[in-house]
Amino acid sequence: MATKRLAVDWPLVIIALLLSLYGISIVYSAGQTDIPTAVGRLWKTQLLWFFLSIGAAYAATRCTVRLLDWLTWPAYWLSIAMLVLLIFVGKGAGTAASTKSWLAIGGFRIGQPSELAKITVVLALAKVLSTFKEPPKSLLELWKPALVVGVPWVLIMLQPDLGTGIVFVGFAFAMLFWSGVSWPLLVLVASPVVSLILAFNVQVWGAWFLLLIALVLWYKPYLYEGIFLACTNVLFGVLAPIIWDKLAPYQQKRLLVFLNPDLDRRAAGYHVLQSQIAIGSGGLFGKGYTQGPQKRLAFLPAQHTDFIFAVVGEELGFVGVLLAFTLFLLLFLRVTKIAERANDSYSSLVAFGLLASWFVHVLVNVGMTLNLMPITGIPLPFFSYGGSFMLASWLAIGILVRIAAEGRGGRTGPFAI
Amino acid sequence: MSFHPNDMRRRGIAANVIVTGVLIFLGAGFFRTQVLQHDKYTLQSETNRLRELPLPAPRGIIYDRNGKVIADNVIGYTVSVLAQREDTLRAVLQRLSGTINITPTQIEQAVRRYRRAPTRPAVILPDASFDVVSVLEEHRSQFPQMNIQSSPRRFYPDGPIVAPFVGYTGEISETELAQPVFADYKAGQQVGKQGLEKAYESVLRGKEGSQFAEVDARGRIVRGQGGARPDLLPVPAPPLYTNIDLDLQRYVAGIFGDSLIGGAVAIEPKTGAVLALYSAPSPDYNRFIGGVPVAYYDSLRTDPRKPLYNKALQGQYPPGSTWKLATTVVGLETGAVTMSDHMPISCSGGLQYGNRYFRCWDKRGHGSLSLQGAIAKSCDVFFYQLGLKLGLARLIAGGVSLGMDAKAGIDLPEEKRPRFPESLDYFNRKYGRNWSQSIVLSMAIGQGDNSQTILNMARFYSALATDGSAAKPEIVKGKPERTPMVKLSAEQLAQVQTALVGVVEGGTAARSAIKGVQLAGKTGTAQSGTLDAFGKELNHAWFVGFAPANDPKIVVAVMIEFGGHGTRAAAIASAIIANYLKVTPVSDITTDG
Repeated sequence: MATKRLAVDWPLVIIALLLSLYGISIVYSAGQTDIPTAVGRLWKTQLLWFFLSIGAAYAATRCTVRLLDWLTWPAYWLSIAMLVLLIFVGKGAGTAASTKSWLAIGGFRIGQPSELAKITVVLALAKVLSTFKEPPKSLLELWKPALVVGVPWVLIMLQPDLGTGIVFVGFAFAMLFWSGVSWPLLVLVASPVVSLILAFNVQVWGAWFLLLIALVLWYKPYLYEGIFLACTNVLFGVLAPIIWDKLAPYQQKRLLVFLNPDLDRRAAGYHVLQSQIAIGSGGLFGKGYTQGPQKRLAFLPAQHTDFIFAVVGEELGFVGVLLAFTLFLLLFLRVTKIAERANDSYSSLVAFGLLASWFVHVLVNVGMTLNLMPITGIPLPFFSYGGSFMLASWLAIGILVRIAAEGRGGRTGPFAI
Repeated sequence: MSFHPNDMRRRGIAANVIVTGVLIFLGAGFFRTQVLQHDKYTLQSETNRLRELPLPAPRGIIYDRNGKVIADNVIGYTVSVLAQREDTLRAVLQRLSGTINITPTQIEQAVRRYRRAPTRPAVILPDASFDVVSVLEEHRSQFPQMNIQSSPRRFYPDGPIVAPFVGYTGEISETELAQPVFADYKAGQQVGKQGLEKAYESVLRGKEGSQFAEVDARGRIVRGQGGARPDLLPVPAPPLYTNIDLDLQRYVAGIFGDSLIGGAVAIEPKTGAVLALYSAPSPDYNRFIGGVPVAYYDSLRTDPRKPLYNKALQGQYPPGSTWKLATTVVGLETGAVTMSDHMPISCSGGLQYGNRYFRCWDKRGHGSLSLQGAIAKSCDVFFYQLGLKLGLARLIAGGVSLGMDAKAGIDLPEEKRPRFPESLDYFNRKYGRNWSQSIVLSMAIGQGDNSQTILNMARFYSALATDGSAAKPEIVKGKPERTPMVKLSAEQLAQVQTALVGVVEGGTAARSAIKGVQLAGKTGTAQSGTLDAFGKELNHAWFVGFAPANDPKIVVAVMIEFGGHGTRAAAIASAIIANYLKVTPVSDITTDG
């Protein structure tokens, strides 16, 4: 098998290559400031990581789905071990200097284990969900998937890394959906989180709670489940203000600034505002590649990482934004197709989980640059500067290529979308 | 899990719809921001990165009546720093002090300026020398926040000579900024602080322009002057034409030299045009421009001659015998006396009043004099009796109607009101009810509770010299404003003028006559209350006069602090008048012989 020529899903690979090249060119532009900084040289590092990642992706394509399936649990436990290790020896970096997301040896930062965990947890969750003969019908049946995602999620929230936490919740939810969990149950699963968010307004939370009771009566779960749901919703609705007090001041500030960026123009709201100014002043066609004044004059924060999409908006305008969106959309549609045609439920779930993970990244990161999402410090796949994430993204591409090749239609129509 | 292809297709479509929908939603968000709100964000982007650097307007040039320059502008250099935070400013200043000489005081001053107006460049050196500027230009790349501007700098070519009326400019202070008058001023701007510069600030300031520099997020200037957006050029102020005769002003200053302390005012009596106004000694306000050096200011402040005190406008001196004309006018106005009247007691060197003997300045006595003669000889005994005849109430009321308690109204902000009782209530307040009538004796000869400014005495004499109306003294050319003051008939006025001619021709100022021109005036020797080293009281020397007597072109008031007898002031006044009328004073000829 290993020596046999693989039917590569070229559309997927080409889209990923285009996204990466687009991304690296923006990383280059992000370094072009009027007063040179270290960011000016980072595009070379990113290019190096890109080639490394291509190699890793190639290696991933040589690894069968069976082998992947077999490797799932060791990889998962390795990720958990590294995340536990981070709690004790984690280092901060860049815009997230106060968190512990980096693994370093002797002061040299190796990478962010949470990037790897984004893949291994998808694999583990896919493995758990694929063992279900029938889609889960009750909350109790979901204890195993919940545990598989919950343990690394708690470890990541301890760093604390809200962004990655959101990604975990996002792909876990998407994979439940993909495994055939019915809509009402999905809503019930999500209900405590919704309660938590709505707890800030008593009236809205009350309305939500009545709606939930109606859903419970209609869906008719087990009695104790219904009681459990009601209790958790009340608990979260009441707990939320208490949790709010427990949040670190910068987290509170970020949330507040999300709600009203004009609140503190100079401090926290400054980042979002500068990003909006950069994007808005870009207009239809942008200020020209490498020419954006907001970026050149260093008004744009984290222009090569979290806010890289603002550089796209400023320099290449709405046209450049649409180009990026089109590439992402093509990627997502292609991966959905791969997930649909996968040979078995495990690989299908893996494919859809990886898709969901990227999708949440794009939604949260791009939404953040326009103040549609809170600032969480989540990178944009293929664009944001960062080796670990580039590597993880391309590993995912490699896995997807393999799944596509082994899937139905993989051999017959690799170019069919 | 259900893994039937149909199920997968259904979920796949649902997933595609969600993904596409979300991306369209995000795309719509970008469309709104980038296309619909493009203008709003473009504006924000510009305010982000463009910093306005003020371009000071050249102040109006001040000319004398013959087109000679009193106040000019020369090119100066201002060094400032654009900083976003105070620590940045301090850091830059710290580093700058390694390159050029900056004192800790200058650093603190710059920080204070920054606090007042953080958006404007904080001025470090308001008036940098060319040497300093060239050193800084060499190191420019090390200080990206630094801004060197050539800006107009005030210069007074005649320095101390014109200082008493022209004043000076300086950076606007916090107190000034708080006043509504300065509502449209910004911290760091220059503003007139004294004299004409202050009085005509609204005319002289011009309109400030702007330059735009592009700065990065840390406030470093990336594209400097003119690169980012075209400059808004400043609008220079129009010139200011004054009545001053600069040649005469120079002559007056020259007479006072370094040794005399006092002041002189020369007025055109018919128009009120101020020809010269000088206070000696006078500071050099050129050194005040761009911040006065501490050492220089201290030397001025501690100088016992008080150079910062304008003796012509602020100095309040007992007018002495020059005030006898006021007593005369009040006497004539009330009909208490005529020019030919004699007083009952002839002068034998003094007058006994109550238990006190009031001496005449000439202890030999003047005998019996008419009012005209008493003016010429300045006989105190005559005026004691005239004062008693008038009574204190009439004398005070008369003095008030002659403007002795009011400002002359010159267009300079420094002028002080003379000290003169507004009514008898003044004495009630000061001495209780038990004051002696003998006060009127002192008041009648210009002593006692009466302190006049040199300017106000010049104004009074300009009324005597003309038709009895006094013109408002004006430095800047304007429409003359005359107010009736001395209410005497033309005949009576002519008599008074003749009496004043008598002072110079055979009277107390006989040695100050001018050849070919009839000079009229009155000397004054006022008791200062200050004793000299030998316990003898020092006197202020006064002379107020005008010439030619029949058609006066100039009124001059001169006062020399501790100058001794009034004849000394008379000599100076006569020289000033002669210089103005281009004739030779007699005294110059006679001293030769």
